[in-house]
Amino acid sequence: MIRLEKVSKVYARGARPALDRISMEVERGEFVFLVGASGSGKSTFLRLVLREERPTSGSVFVAGRDLSRISQWKVPYLRRQIGTVFQDFRLLNNKTVFDNVAIALQVIGKPRHHVMTTVPETLEMVGLAGKEKRLPHELSGGEQQRVAIARAFVNRPAILLADEPTGNLDPTTSVGIMRLLDRINRTGTTIVMATHDDEIVDQMRKRVVELVDGQMVRDQARGVYGAER
Amino acid sequence: MRVRFVLSQIGNGLRRNMAMATSVVLVTFISLTFVGAAILLQMQVANMKDDWYDKVEVSIFLCPVDSFAPTCAGGEVTEDQVQEIQAVLGSEALSDYVDEIYIETQEDAFAAFQEQFGEQDWAQRITVDQMQMSLRVKLVDPELYQVVADEVAGRDGVEEVVDQRTILEPLFLILNRTTVMAAGLAALMIITAILLITTTIRLSAMSRSRETSIMRLVGASNLFIQLPFMLEGAIAALLGALLAIGGLWLGVRYIVEDWLAGTVQWVNFVSTSDVWLVAPILIGIGIALAAISSLVTLSRYTKV
Repeated sequence: MIRLEKVSKVYARGARPALDRISMEVERGEFVFLVGASGSGKSTFLRLVLREERPTSGSVFVAGRDLSRISQWKVPYLRRQIGTVFQDFRLLNNKTVFDNVAIALQVIGKPRHHVMTTVPETLEMVGLAGKEKRLPHELSGGEQQRVAIARAFVNRPAILLADEPTGNLDPTTSVGIMRLLDRINRTGTTIVMATHDDEIVDQMRKRVVELVDGQMVRDQARGVYGAER
Repeated sequence: MRVRFVLSQIGNGLRRNMAMATSVVLVTFISLTFVGAAILLQMQVANMKDDWYDKVEVSIFLCPVDSFAPTCAGGEVTEDQVQEIQAVLGSEALSDYVDEIYIETQEDAFAAFQEQFGEQDWAQRITVDQMQMSLRVKLVDPELYQVVADEVAGRDGVEEVVDQRTILEPLFLILNRTTVMAAGLAALMIITAILLITTTIRLSAMSRSRETSIMRLVGASNLFIQLPFMLEGAIAALLGALLAIGGLWLGVRYIVEDWLAGTVQWVNFVSTSDVWLVAPILIGIGIALAAISSLVTLSRYTKV
């Protein structure tokens, strides 16, 4: 589903590369944790997959396509196959929960009846049934993140990228979010989640890829956060 | 769904940037009013040229009895000289320029004079002998007066060659200078309008950067993200153009048609129907203004 071949990314000339010759592959339906300290290259990894950045060298393949060879105007179509969730939720504060989720369908031209049925379905799935008319600031952090996940998933993308989705949440709430991501993963959606929440990684026992200073130092099936444990 | 979504985006954008949108409307309004005024002035000039150049002619005044002009040293013009001048005007070389020639005899001139001034006391004492004989030449193109004048002036029996067009020139000069002024102001105002629209779109894009970044994230196409901003600019510019058309229409209707045309009756003035001819041009310029500004701004501020 996602394949990196000797991918390097250097932001400023002469600086240490953010990613250094990374090669790895994520299969369809996999759940992968991307772990490492801040600045280890986790976010750069995700940005490359979203084609918000281009690699300095090497190639990135997403859903069978070489991202360096798709033209600029096709990038939106690539992103329609990828849902994205962030630590800071990135919701529109002046729009209701329903509208925040619906926007993902509206901007890609889905018909109205499709929006009217799919959005409530997805909100129910993430556990927000009955809160359609709320505004983001009326919700708890965990609920806001569920809205963000609903927005990322409402279009049923093949891939879901999550950049520290539990970073702003307390442990109990985080567990709820992880259950939700696990459910989404079971529908066949490939998930790549960048995190430094060791408890969660240890509990889930999924594949773990560890980055240190832009280099991949570990790729472990059913792994834990720290290798030494 | 999509159309509705875009429309609601535009509505939001315009409401959030009400003051800026209003200023765009006003600046476009003023600049396009000047553009329109310049065009109408030129239409007026063309109108007047059409009307008057048909009537103006070159008068070749022939020597009267007591002229001091050097070419009149031989006294009053003779029959031979008149025929010679007519031959020159009718020659092959001038046939492309000269449309019609006729002779105004002393009697004709006297009749015209009497008609114009006959009721005045002093005119009663004028006799036919005091009138001057002349040749009246109608030109194919009145602007090419000089060609004909050069051929005829200085010949024996010709006292003076007068181009009636020169009487009108000062008027055209004023109208043309006014056009240049209006066009100059229009150019300045258009630059202001472009800068203002650019700033407006930029502000609008920045105030909605969060929204656009999210739209981009969920796979909105470039056009879809940029369209609301472009249309915002276009709608404001279009409103300005419509105001300008309205302003010009009112101006022509009440100042030119009602007042000028009533006061100065010998001129054929532009009318409100001319304003409708100018209208599409103004709308076109307004839309072009918005389009140029959008292109410049959006490629920088809402990139995928």
